[in-house]
Parts: sequence; structure tokens; C-alpha cells
Amino acid sequence: MDEDKKPEAQTPPAAAQPKAEPVKAASAEAASSGADKPSGTAPAAAAKPPAASPGAAVKPAAPARPPRPKVPPKKAPAVMEVEPWQGSLVDALTERFGDAIKEFSTYRGQDFLVAELPSVASIIEYLKLEQDFDYLVDITAVDNPEKEKRFEVIWIIYSFARNTRIRIKASAGADEKPNTAATLHRTADWLEREVFDMFGIEFEGHPNMTRILLPDEWQGHPLRKEYSIIQQDQDWVRENLQIESAQ
Amino acid sequence: MEEILDNPYLQPIIATLLIVAVFPLVAGYMVLAERKVLADLQVRLGPMRVGPYGFLQPLADAFKLMLKEDIIPAASDKWIFWGAPVLSTFTALTAFAVIPFSDKFYVADVNIGILFILAMSSLGILGLILGGWSSNSKYSLLGALRSAAQMVSYEVPLGFTTVTALMVAETLSMQGIVQSQLDKGVWIAFSNYGLMLVPAVVFIIAAVAETNRAPFDLPEAESEIVAGFHTEYSGFRWALFFLAEYASIFVICGIAVTVFFGGWLRPFANVGFLETPLNVAFPILLFVVIGAGCALGAVRVTLAYEKAIMGVLALAMFLVAGLFAIPMINELIIGFFWFLFKVLIFIYVFIWVRGTFPRFRYDQLMQVGWKYLIPISMGGLIVNGIVLLFTS
Amino acid sequence: MATSTTFLDTNELVLNMGPQHPSTHGVLRVILKLDGEKVMGADCVIGYLHRGVEKIAENRTYQQFAPYVDRMDYVAAVSNGLGYCLAVETLGGIEVPERAQCVRVILTELNRIASHLLWLGTHALDIGAMTPVFYCFREREEVLKIFEKYCGARLTTHAFRIGGLQYETYDTFEKDCHAFCDWFEKKVDEYEELLTTNRIWVGRTKGVGILDAEACKTYGVTGPVLRAAGVEWDLRKAQPYCGYEKYDFDIPTCANGDTYDRYIVRMQEFRQSVRIIRQAVDSLPEGPIKGRVSKVFKPPIGEAYESIEAPKGELGYYVVSDGSTQPYRLRVRPPSFVNLQALDEMCRGCLVADVVAIIGTIDIVLGEVDR
Repeated sequence: MDEDKKPEAQTPPAAAQPKAEPVKAASAEAASSGADKPSGTAPAAAAKPPAASPGAAVKPAAPARPPRPKVPPKKAPAVMEVEPWQGSLVDALTERFGDAIKEFSTYRGQDFLVAELPSVASIIEYLKLEQDFDYLVDITAVDNPEKEKRFEVIWIIYSFARNTRIRIKASAGADEKPNTAATLHRTADWLEREVFDMFGIEFEGHPNMTRILLPDEWQGHPLRKEYSIIQQDQDWVRENLQIESAQ
Repeated sequence: MEEILDNPYLQPIIATLLIVAVFPLVAGYMVLAERKVLADLQVRLGPMRVGPYGFLQPLADAFKLMLKEDIIPAASDKWIFWGAPVLSTFTALTAFAVIPFSDKFYVADVNIGILFILAMSSLGILGLILGGWSSNSKYSLLGALRSAAQMVSYEVPLGFTTVTALMVAETLSMQGIVQSQLDKGVWIAFSNYGLMLVPAVVFIIAAVAETNRAPFDLPEAESEIVAGFHTEYSGFRWALFFLAEYASIFVICGIAVTVFFGGWLRPFANVGFLETPLNVAFPILLFVVIGAGCALGAVRVTLAYEKAIMGVLALAMFLVAGLFAIPMINELIIGFFWFLFKVLIFIYVFIWVRGTFPRFRYDQLMQVGWKYLIPISMGGLIVNGIVLLFTS
Repeated sequence: MATSTTFLDTNELVLNMGPQHPSTHGVLRVILKLDGEKVMGADCVIGYLHRGVEKIAENRTYQQFAPYVDRMDYVAAVSNGLGYCLAVETLGGIEVPERAQCVRVILTELNRIASHLLWLGTHALDIGAMTPVFYCFREREEVLKIFEKYCGARLTTHAFRIGGLQYETYDTFEKDCHAFCDWFEKKVDEYEELLTTNRIWVGRTKGVGILDAEACKTYGVTGPVLRAAGVEWDLRKAQPYCGYEKYDFDIPTCANGDTYDRYIVRMQEFRQSVRIIRQAVDSLPEGPIKGRVSKVFKPPIGEAYESIEAPKGELGYYVVSDGSTQPYRLRVRPPSFVNLQALDEMCRGCLVADVVAIIGTIDIVLGEVDR
């Protein structure tokens, strides 16, 4: 993290600013950037906090950062700067599912919706059968241990007819089981198994909910944030070699 | 002394010993030739490390195979596992007994020669099946079953085409077949107004299949069933299977040459004025060119012992060329020369085919055998029979 | 082997293929259920090459992780790098200069050719034609030479950096590319001569491993397999990235979705790639090769999914940032992994010999399947 000491040299140009910022934030930016430009520190400020305390460069998992003491946040705020996503598809989904879908947003030009976990399967079904989203690109998850519902499961689906790709996101607690999409999209079979393998999220109704990449006797789920590679190594050395690991 | 020389078993015994002693080496050099020819087809050099231009590679391979740990799978049927390669090699080498290398050099001239060879090559399958069965491995089993089905299927067109040739030759003796071609003045493949070409071609295709060579190499298709029937074999046992395979290639090429292409006869055996150019000039030229190649190689290689080997080879080639210039010796060896020359051409064709074609699938193999080759060979038999009936 | 109850009982034979098998393209293990030589089912066992790439990503900075992606699909390392860079650039809102984009297209297409060449050689070898593989490696060598001259590496190139390129092209880059294109086009004709109309080749591939358009979609199968089933879909056209919209090229498609059609599609893709390379080299603009990227690159909190048309299909990267220098989560959507899933469907009712042909035709790289 030595490079952090000279962040001014890498002041990003205006072009590097995010394309899609909320209207309010953008105007605030416009107002303040003029004042900040001469000092040349405004964009750098965003990159500052970890540099101030190099120890903090070890990734803080929570999206919510500690409040910055002096410079008010202008760039890279503590939440994702999303724009609302509008269109006929949104209307159709709202009409059909109502409150089950909590949010329709766009970030970097990529549309996504946040839904309640139990209704995701029916949303995917609806999208496939009635809106031509016939290609399930990917299923994955993100682990946020600090949150009340620690997992965020993500489905990426695509429509050949519309040439549109959208993401469906839903939060899942540690013991919550999303419904499988494998009956609708055969591709979900392995993808869900991989999510199970890596995160320990079980999918309800999946025909074969077993590990896929790791051996069956593997302990733990590697992509959970608390899963430490070093710990794994130490355990293995202790168990198999009966010595303490040097790691 | 006189007694020994007059003994009718002397020549067969000498010939047998010669064949058994020399053929493993010949097989090794057939492998080297195959690797070199394939390499040439495939824009690479082939073996180049052991000896000059990889010339000692067969010896190195042989030593490696003999010194290798001999593994017998624990769950195998040991006696059969042990006996299978022996059986394969035995039958393959036995077939040499009736092959007429020349009018003077052969083990035996049996009056059912061709039948004997076909019988022996059929028996060779047994070694493959037993080897595959006794290994107690699924890949071996699949390979063995494939080879059984394949060889049984391709024996049929092989038999039909041979019978067609025998109708023309009117004898079963291998020497007799060659003699009849000399008498008729035409190789059997070109007799009967060219109609015999059909059985000849069918015979060659079936021969490729019978010897498990690409594109019919299903019993040992390395990309599908690893190594087929000899998956579990290693070391010397495996070498025996290899020896058997190359022996049967040699034998089947020998049959093709004898039955269809004039055996030890030179091309146009009845055209007198070709005697000198074909029987004297051609072999001399050939060996001189090969010798010159070896001499060039001796200049090119850098190590002293490699230079020596290439030099000796070049000298040997020139010497052989010189032998052909002596009329008495020429008469002795010219038949042998033409026989080997033709066999080598066929072996080259086998390798060429291997380098060119993808492998057949099991069902397609059967289809080619039963739907095309057998009807064509039967048709060839009938048509040629009718033509013979009306022309004789 | 299944236990038999009577002497002539014909039970299923369970055949374990791999992970050490000549035709499973690495460490794929397929458990085949056989009835004689007929395949009743194929069960893939994967993960032998699992290295936890996604976990590694969470412990590296964005720049540090870039070389790792090359190790996934190692025969198409450049494509991997491109996908990763695009995803991170989208996340960080970085503009890539024109020249860098153009060079990226050239290298990616060269890599597509190299990847397809490896596929063709091994596929032919699986089917028993042992010669094409050597021709293919001869041509692939020329591509690798260009890579080597450009960035010093041949296989795992790490050719791209976030924001553009690390290196300017070398002096004779354009000339080399043109020379390769001219030479390679003739070689494609040579392959086609050797295989396209070869009776055995056609017999071995036609009607084998059919996967129709519907099945492709439900299995999420993309790339040449999807195009061979008649779906004219290529991310380079559907959602152009890296300036692909500027180049004139076609999407080769076929109708039957069998192994032969996939072969034809890939052979056509050779020619289309050559077309793209020629146009890109001719239109290579002058200018900077790297956008302004902070050395301590910290994308804002957010997430982005970017996918490219890798030689094997849709290669996607889903990156989640928490505003630090390291990805909070990085997900790779590997085409090989998803495509391999259709193996069972394609294999049923085929013969053992077809299984190796089908594994070859999906064009998997186990480094990418297992990650």
C-alpha cells in the first residue's frame, strides 16, 4: 500500500467519474468540484481513508464505511449510487409481483432488481415463460456476515429475443433456502451446486444438492468471509502431520 | 557332412532360426520406420536422439521394454494373462512358415499354404481376447470384445477375396501361386481383364482391419479405451503383443504381395528386355542412392560414433549394391529383394493411411465390413468366377 | 461392475473415464454407464483442478489479481484478461483509449484462433486423426510468437491491464499480423481439405452429440455450440464491447447442432477472426494505450457484470466492490463449466467412441471448469 502516499499524482480525470450518478449527487458534485479542483485533492480524498490508517487497508467487509472526519464525502459514497430502472418490463413485474420486488435499479447501465427470496423462483419462471428471458446466465452469491441476512444470492438472466441482461438479487439468511431454478433452467443444476459448495446455501427442491468442485468430505464453505485459508492450512497440518504450521 | 547337407530339414531349420532371430529386430525397425514416416507426414522429425537420426532407437526401446518392471495386475487371471502374449506372438510368427520370401528362401512349401496362414492369423485373435479378458480391466475387456467382433467380421471378406485369387491361381500352395503368376505372365491383381483389382483392393482394406491398424484400430483406440486389450500389459509382455502386431502386418502384406502382386516376381516378369534394368540396374541404383544418403548423413552428424555408424551403413549399402552386380548372387537374392520391396511398399501404405484418416466408430466399422466389403467381395467372387468359366 | 444374478444377466457396465485418460482433456472424470458400448448416462466429476480463484481474488488487489485470470482458460488467456479488465473498468468507470481497444481486439482474435487451433487438433486426435494436431500446433506457434514478441509471455500472457495496455505494440506488429493472416487462411483451407469432406470424419461427427437450440438455452450453453444449433448469437454482435461494432464480420451458424456443425462453425470462425484482425490492424489508431487509472485503484462501492464472447462461449465476470483496493467478491461465469453440464444430455444413446468426440466438441478447458 505504499502507493497510497502519493495519491495526488493519480487524480482521475473527469472521464473517470462514474457515469451514472444520482441527480442530486451530481449537482452537489458540480457545485463543490469547482471549489475543490484547485487544491487537487478532491478525487484523492476518496482514496484517502485507508491510507490514513494503513492497517485499515485490510478489507473492511461492511459496505458502510466509518464516517470521514473532515472532508465531506463527494465521490465514492458509502452506498451504491444507483439510478432507478424504468420501463415496460418493470411495470409488468410490479404489476405481477407487487411488494415482492423491493427495488428496481440501474448501476453502470446494468439493470437489476431486488426481490424477496421466496418469490425469486416465480419471478424467474414468469420472466422465462412470459417475458422471453430464456437463458439463465449465472447464479452466484455474496457473503456479508455483518448483515442480518448474510447472503445475497444473485441470478443473472438474459433474453435472446430482447438482447437484455438483468440481475435478480435476494437476501438470504444463513438458514434460509432459496427455491431451485433447476426445474426451469437445466443449467441451474451445477450453478446451484457450486453456490452450495462455496457458500453453504442450500437450494430447496434441487435434485442433487451435493458439493461439486470440492471433495465431499471438505469442511466449511470457502467463499464465506470467515473461512480463512491459513486456518485451513493450519488445521490440515495439525491433523495430518501432528506439528504446528509455520504459517 | 554330406549327410547333414542332404537332410531335407536343414533348410527349413535354418530359415526358421533366421526368421525368429531377425524378425524382432525387423519389427523394431518397422516401428522406427513407422515413426519416421509419420513424423514426415506430420511436419516433425521423429526420433532423433538415440544414434544418428534415431537409428538406434529400436535397440533402446527393446532394452527399455526388457528392463521394465513386469506388472501383473493382482486381480488378473495370471496364467491366461501370462499366456496370451505368447499365444499371439506364436501364431503370428508361425504364419511366416509358409511365406515364400523368394523362390529359394522359405521354410516350407505346404500344399495348403494360404489356408494355413489364414488359420494362424485367425488363431491370433485368441491371444488378444484372452489378454483382454484376463486383465480384469474394463478397458481391456472392451478392447478384446471389439477385436473379436472386428476380426471375425473382416475374416469373411479376407477369405472371399483370397478364394477369388485362388480360383485364378488354381492352387493353395504359396509357391504355386507365385509360379502360376509367372506362367500366366500377369499378376493376379491385374488378371481377368482387370476384374481382379476389386478383390485385391478389398483384400487390402480388410487386411488393414485384420491387423488392427488405423483407421480400424478400435481394439487399441488410445483416445477411447486407453490401449484396448493391452492396457494392463507392460514391459516384455507388451513387447510381445507389439511383436505379434508387426509380425501380422508383415505376414498380411506378404500374403497380399504373394497372392495378388506377384510375390517374389519382378514387375513384368515375362518381358525379357526388362531383365537387366529391373533386376540389376534398379536394385543397384536404389542401394547406391540409400548408401549415398547414409554417407551424406555421416557428413552431417557431429558425434564420432554417429559418424561411424552412418559410415558403416553407407558402406554396407554400397556393398549390397555391389552384390547385385554379381550375376550369381543376384540370381539368389533378387527374388528376396522384390518380395521385400513390395512388402515395404504395402507397409508404407499402411502407415500413410494411419497418418491420414480418422478412426471409424464401432458401428461404422461393422457397417463397412458387413454392408460393403462382404457383398463386394462376394460379387467379385461370382463375377470373376463367371469370367474365368468363359475364358478358360 | 454390477453384480450379476444369473449367468447371462446383462447388467450395466460402469466405466470410469479419467481423471487420467488420454481424451478427457485434462483431469475431467466421467463415469459412464454402459450397455455394451452404448452409453446410458454420463456423470461428470470435476474439481480436480480447483484452485479457489474466486477466494484468491478477495485477497488480492484488482491489479494483482489480473494475472490469475490467465490461469483459468489457459489456452485463451487473453480472452480471460479482457473479460476481467472490462468488468473492472466498468466498475471503476474507466475509459479505455481507442488504440488500446483496437490492440485488445487483435490480440483477442489471435487468441481465439490459437484456442480453436488447439481444439481442432485435439478434437481430431480424439476422433483418431493423428496428423492435424501437428499442423494445428505449427500454426498456433505463430500466434504464440506474436504474443511473445508483444508481451514476453506465450501462454499466460497477462497482456492487458486495467485501463488499457501495459506495452506499446512492437515495431513489426502490424506486419506480423498481416503475414500471419495471409498464411493462416491457406492453412484453414488445408484443414478443410483434410477433414471437411473426409467420409470417416463426416461419419464420425454427423448426427453425434446433438444439442438443439432449446436444449442449448436451457443448459445455458453458449459459444460455437449454441451457434451450431442455429442461434445467431455472438456477444461481439449482440452486446459489442471493445469496439467490435466497428468491424465487419459474420456470425457463422449451422442448423443441426451436431458435432460436425460445431466443427464447421469453428472453422468459419477462423476465417471471421482473420477478417477482424485484418480490419483492426488496418484501422489501428495512434494515441495513448492506457486510460488514467490510479495506481491505488479503488472502484466505488458497486457491482458490475461484464461478459465477452470467449472462444468457448460467454465468459462473464461479476465484480462487487466495497470501495477498497480489493474486490469484495469476484465471480467468474466460466463457459466451459456451464457447457460441460450438457455432456450427459449429448452422450445418451451414443457409443463410447462418441463420448470422446463429444467431450472434444464442447471444447472444455479444465482449468476453467474447476477454477
